Amino acid sequence: MSEKLEIQNKEIVVPGQVLAEGMGYVPGKGTYRDDKAVVAELMGIVTVDGKVIKIIPLRGKYMPKVRDRVIGRVIDVLMSGWRLDINCPYDAVLSMKDGSSEFIRRGADLTQYYALGEYVFCQVSNVTSQNLTDVTMRGQGLRKLEGGRIIEVNAQKIPRIIGKEGSMVMLIKKETNCQIYVGQNGRIWISGEPEKENIAVAAIRYIEENAHRKGVTDSVKALMEKLQ
Amino acid sequence: MSYDKRYDGRKPEELRPMSAKVGVIPNADGSAMFQVGNTVCYAAVYGPRELHPKFLQDPKKGILRVNYNMMPFSGHGDRVRPGRSRRSQEIALVIQNALLPVLDLSDYPKAVVDVFIELPQTDAGTRCAGIVAASMALAHAGLKMKELVSAVAVGKVGDSVVADLTYDEEAFEGEGGSTDMPMAILANSGTVSLLQMDGEINKEHLATSLDLAKKAAQQISDLQKKTLKEYYQ
Repeated sequence: MSEKLEIQNKEIVVPGQVLAEGMGYVPGKGTYRDDKAVVAELMGIVTVDGKVIKIIPLRGKYMPKVRDRVIGRVIDVLMSGWRLDINCPYDAVLSMKDGSSEFIRRGADLTQYYALGEYVFCQVSNVTSQNLTDVTMRGQGLRKLEGGRIIEVNAQKIPRIIGKEGSMVMLIKKETNCQIYVGQNGRIWISGEPEKENIAVAAIRYIEENAHRKGVTDSVKALMEKLQ
Repeated sequence: MSYDKRYDGRKPEELRPMSAKVGVIPNADGSAMFQVGNTVCYAAVYGPRELHPKFLQDPKKGILRVNYNMMPFSGHGDRVRPGRSRRSQEIALVIQNALLPVLDLSDYPKAVVDVFIELPQTDAGTRCAGIVAASMALAHAGLKMKELVSAVAVGKVGDSVVADLTYDEEAFEGEGGSTDMPMAILANSGTVSLLQMDGEINKEHLATSLDLAKKAAQQISDLQKKTLKEYYQ
């Protein structure tokens, strides 16, 4: 049986493009099998990992996943919790029980803890098949975000902004002396000196725009040094 | 009077000059522009996002909503009355049906994907241009699609079968009259997801028209792929 790879690793592909022929290749995320071929289902960067072919999307809305750390905005106060907008098609619910490390008495005024419009750094604890999402504030580093500024970026570029084991965001933190919280949902909280915040924002925007290119770390370094 | 030579001097199977661009509307989640001859089309995709009113929600999968609009100054001198009309609603519906077979919205229960198609300038073939632009915009928005949808109008003017009719050709009143068939074709599989016809046609002409449409769709599909890839160069 003939097996043939029709693309190169890390190439940009479009929906409907044939990636490989033959049953020896396995369709991964973002691809499907059509007869004997593996075909792209998304626009993105194709990765060939042994026999598995998958596509990393370049754009698209954030979809909640368990254990993701996200930045949510309080949009409603419920009977026993808060409703949060987490920058995706579905709202998340932060229940009273998971709202704070301290005990919240039944019937307490919940706006004392998080008022409407406030931002929190929280963690997704459960997602159902209908995409009903629960988040929690119990965990290390999870807290209410006060001061600073929030920017929204393409959620698919977040892994690149964080970098390998957080290298990229560490670099920005070091250069600008800002506190930075990166939510997997494409929201980033930055707090520091206003001028330094501007530099951090410029650096993040640059990474977002050039995420699919090579050697971004070096050019980000150069960009920040120029702006200092 | 027969129609041997086309008004704009094209060969029967030749399409009007085309150009396309992706990412033309930064605010949208996905967007594309497609121009064929004097027909210019913009498509913007928003979503998946929450759907209201609630009774429209489908708990099994996301829904697609298409909005088609010709701008008031877009026609041939007569002002197009703004807002939804019977015509624009029907075209929006057929575009929606042409795009749905390739879209997989099962990951987005209760959500909606909105597609807005705007035409600042028209010279026939608007629903086809709309489908071409919308399909690029949907891919640009990062939605799951089986493949891209290409669309073109073919038909018969006088006694000759031609591709990509202009407004003047659609209005041909000589012997034989004019028949146009807008078609949407999935270029990979050859599946037809839109086929309409205005006029009369015989069996032989129909067969040649369909062949012509398949070839034209391949050309348009190549342009769509090229345009999408160029966005990230």
